[in-house]
Amino acid sequence: MFGLKSDWSVKANDRYFTLDDYSAAEPRWCTGCGDLAILASVHKVCRENQLLPENTVSVSGIGCSSRLPHYMKTYGFHGLHGRALPVACGVKSRRLDLDVWVATGDGDCFSIGAGHWIHALRYNMDMTVLVFDNGIYGLTKKQTSPTTPEAYQTNTHPGGAVLPPLNPLTITLGVTNISFVAQVVDWNTPLLYETIKAAHAHKGTSFVRIVQRCPVFMDVMNDELMDDPARFLLLNHEQGIPVPDGVSKMFESQADHDPNDLSAALGLANDRTKIPVGLLYRNPDAGIYNELSSQGLDFTSEDKLAGVNEALDKFLI
Amino acid sequence: MNEASELIAVKQIDNVVEELPVRDTAIAIREHIVEIVSDSGEGAQKCGQTLGILSAKMGNGVWTVEIIPAEIQPPARTPDGASGIRVRIGDSPMTNTGNDADLVVAFNEQVLRSRIGSHAYNDQTVVLLDNMWASDSDEKIRNQYADALLEFAECGLTVHELPIQEECLKVVPDPRKGKNMFVLGLLCHIYSRDTEKALAEISKIFARKSAKVVESNHALFNAGYAYAQRHIEIHYEIAAHSEPDHRMVVMNGNQAVGLGIMASGMELVAMYPITPATSASHFLADEFHSVGGFVHQAEDEIAAAGFAIGASYAGKTACTITSGPGIALKTEMIGLACMAEIPLVIIDVQRGGPSTGLPTKVEQSDLLATLFGAPGDSPKIILAAATISDCFHFVILARKLAESFRIPVFLLSDANLATGVQPFERPEVADDWFAAPIDQSPWDPKVLAYDWDEETGLSARPIPGMRGGEYVLTGLAHNRNAKIAYDATTNQVGSTMRSRKLAALADTLSPPEVHGDPEGDMLVIGWGSTLGTIEEAVDVARENGHKVSCIHLRFLSPLEPGLREICSRFKQVMTIELNYSDEIHASYINGETRRYAQLAQLLRAHTLLDIDCWSAVYGNPLQPGKISRVIIDRVIEVEGGK
Ligand SMILES: Cc1ncc(C[n+]2csc(CCOP(=O)(O)OP(=O)(O)O)c2C)c(N)n1
Ligand code: SF4
Ligand SMILES: [Mg+2]
Repeated sequence: MFGLKSDWSVKANDRYFTLDDYSAAEPRWCTGCGDLAILASVHKVCRENQLLPENTVSVSGIGCSSRLPHYMKTYGFHGLHGRALPVACGVKSRRLDLDVWVATGDGDCFSIGAGHWIHALRYNMDMTVLVFDNGIYGLTKKQTSPTTPEAYQTNTHPGGAVLPPLNPLTITLGVTNISFVAQVVDWNTPLLYETIKAAHAHKGTSFVRIVQRCPVFMDVMNDELMDDPARFLLLNHEQGIPVPDGVSKMFESQADHDPNDLSAALGLANDRTKIPVGLLYRNPDAGIYNELSSQGLDFTSEDKLAGVNEALDKFLI
Repeated sequence: MNEASELIAVKQIDNVVEELPVRDTAIAIREHIVEIVSDSGEGAQKCGQTLGILSAKMGNGVWTVEIIPAEIQPPARTPDGASGIRVRIGDSPMTNTGNDADLVVAFNEQVLRSRIGSHAYNDQTVVLLDNMWASDSDEKIRNQYADALLEFAECGLTVHELPIQEECLKVVPDPRKGKNMFVLGLLCHIYSRDTEKALAEISKIFARKSAKVVESNHALFNAGYAYAQRHIEIHYEIAAHSEPDHRMVVMNGNQAVGLGIMASGMELVAMYPITPATSASHFLADEFHSVGGFVHQAEDEIAAAGFAIGASYAGKTACTITSGPGIALKTEMIGLACMAEIPLVIIDVQRGGPSTGLPTKVEQSDLLATLFGAPGDSPKIILAAATISDCFHFVILARKLAESFRIPVFLLSDANLATGVQPFERPEVADDWFAAPIDQSPWDPKVLAYDWDEETGLSARPIPGMRGGEYVLTGLAHNRNAKIAYDATTNQVGSTMRSRKLAALADTLSPPEVHGDPEGDMLVIGWGSTLGTIEEAVDVARENGHKVSCIHLRFLSPLEPGLREICSRFKQVMTIELNYSDEIHASYINGETRRYAQLAQLLRAHTLLDIDCWSAVYGNPLQPGKISRVIIDRVIEVEGGK
């Protein structure tokens, strides 16, 4: 940190990055939007880890939340609705040196991109996936999303959402080869920061569902929740997300939860009475697909020539 | 081709008791078309492929076309289940499937009926049919067999029954797997093939199996060869064409695509299985690692395209291989690649459509879908391979174009090229074919991410890892600085610059070469795998005194220059294509309602000339005989009308 070396000297051409080095344009999100807090935490984690801006890539889909790359002074890829994950996997596949982040919404990830969600989790490539779950389609102005609470009135369901909401945590925890699953809310910034930091530090796909305020189109999921901390269950464990001082006492309900215990995690995810906050599951030993997809990166031109020629010669007349 | 047919005398097998005199004088022929048809799983294709490769190795020209049923295990002994292969062997390079077959070996009478239905044979065709069904324990089958024989006789086909099963039983207990090698033996004697080379090929096929398997297949081959030697009087010789100066390779179009990918220096192929494209990925799954590459089987075609685009954005030009339905799914991604100017190579091995269509059959129906598929104006480069050699070389070209022009490049192949086997000059791979290692030197921050050259629309591309080049790629309208902009001019400027790249590329292309005289009564225009057929058909028309020439387009977007000028030297211009168009003289069809073949539509708009077309979607490769008749009829019709 601070550009100081262990002998307390400062090398003149060493680079030290401040928050400004990661923040680009003024965000265009609405006042009070939870996306602002998430962005601020991402910037802080970048600074904390002194990530090289040129080696950092944020990939997103389409939605309010997917604007995140535009507010990062790193490389970014603001692609197609629902397709952030396959693009991010492609970025990482042969560029292990890149630090890959994914910003996606509940519609982006759980609806149009649901197929990729399941499979990207299985690939478990080394990247940090943040789902901005506001329970609504924000950008397109209040349509029902997969996580919209039942009976909540939207522009596509003026009589109230007709289906019970999808549970992203149970689905995520049900995917084979899952390696990091956490849940947090945007308005508890210290915990949000710690969660994103831990997600980033994890090797493999770290999946963080962030319950996110959309003051414009969704009141049930934020106002009511914000006013009712008793609805949450804080997960404590020495291998879990470190809980900053002062945060702990915000939560009436707390539980000791071992993040190595998948069935306990599933139990918590399934509990309709409490919303778990913290690290549900971590498996540092899950296979990482980019270790396969990056095979042969060290091949020289000569190696390649030899390889092609050998393959061609098999077809010689 | 059938000049020797009256010399053919297949002995009635039932009468063969004593050894027949060995006929060792082979009749020299210039070329022959052989078909082998069987139920799926009986290995007719393996037999034909081996005959083709062997013939190529003996210096003959070869063209093979596979006959593939749509189902993996279609019911046995049904016309729809016919699986097989057509092999055209000649003393000069073969460029197409040819006309009716000269010789057919059928494993049962029902699959033979299917090929008769496809008009593959005529009364000169020699048919060798396994007679095992005549004595089948099931009366129904015996009757079917007898009925079919009558039916064949009625349509003038001479069928010679052979005890293939019976003879194989003398060698192995269950000839269902292995009969094909007996037939290969038969054919090798009939066509005087080099037995040592044949046995070596068989060993290669079964290299992964036990020595015993190789042995029994060799035994079957030898039995077939000996049987033909003793009992079949047809005996031909097809001379090798002059020794080529270059080393030659022989392979199918999908293998050529796979090798092209390896030789282009691409490191990644992201795909989702789809016929008839998948075998290219199978090939790469076996070989790609030897150049350090990786095949990613994605969860669907959208993800495959997204994965390739992600890798390409990060500096590794990648490729995705698919067929029609996959193109439909990748369309939004390809539009993004156009908009955000991400290099991408998309290989489309076209099959019959629309929808799931005819998965195993050939069509050239994706031209307009690839050209116009994405919403908005989304200019991209489209190349069409005409030969197997093109399948190889065009991948290398496609990668270079994709990178230099920062654009998606389609390479159109088709089911015909994908499974057809043809020899071509062994490419001498050079390391400048490979993508350069990614540049990670700092980027001059004064150069914008889309620093379009006003004249060409070209711009250099910052790659993640380049310090100072940080930009956010977006599919939204953006300015030179990659910033989202909704103002009045930005989208117009961006669209202009992206479109300009095609004009800049067209400027570097040369007009297509005219096959035949530079002017005349009719110019035929084709694209893709029909090259050889069209040229042969045009040659036939010319031999018949008609002033016909042809051109074949390899670049479909941008189109090669000079087309209007070339067309205007001919009284009539027509395209010949393997896609749908309305026939001229059908109900409700008139000048206003007629829907033209795909290239014809493009060329009519491009040249402002009244370009006619002939096209069809039978799923079969075009035969030169049929096409020459189409051309001659059209020339005469036009002349008569004048
Ligand atoms: C293929 C496609 N379909 C639909 C859209 C329109 N669209 C844009 S964003 C969006 C939903 C966004 O909701 P969510 O992912 O929850 O993001 P939020 O805006 O709530 O952050 C939709 C339907 C699109 N851009 N592309
Ligand atoms: S609409 Fe909602 S999610 Fe979108 S920016 Fe505004 S507050 Fe945020
Ligand atoms: Mg949302």
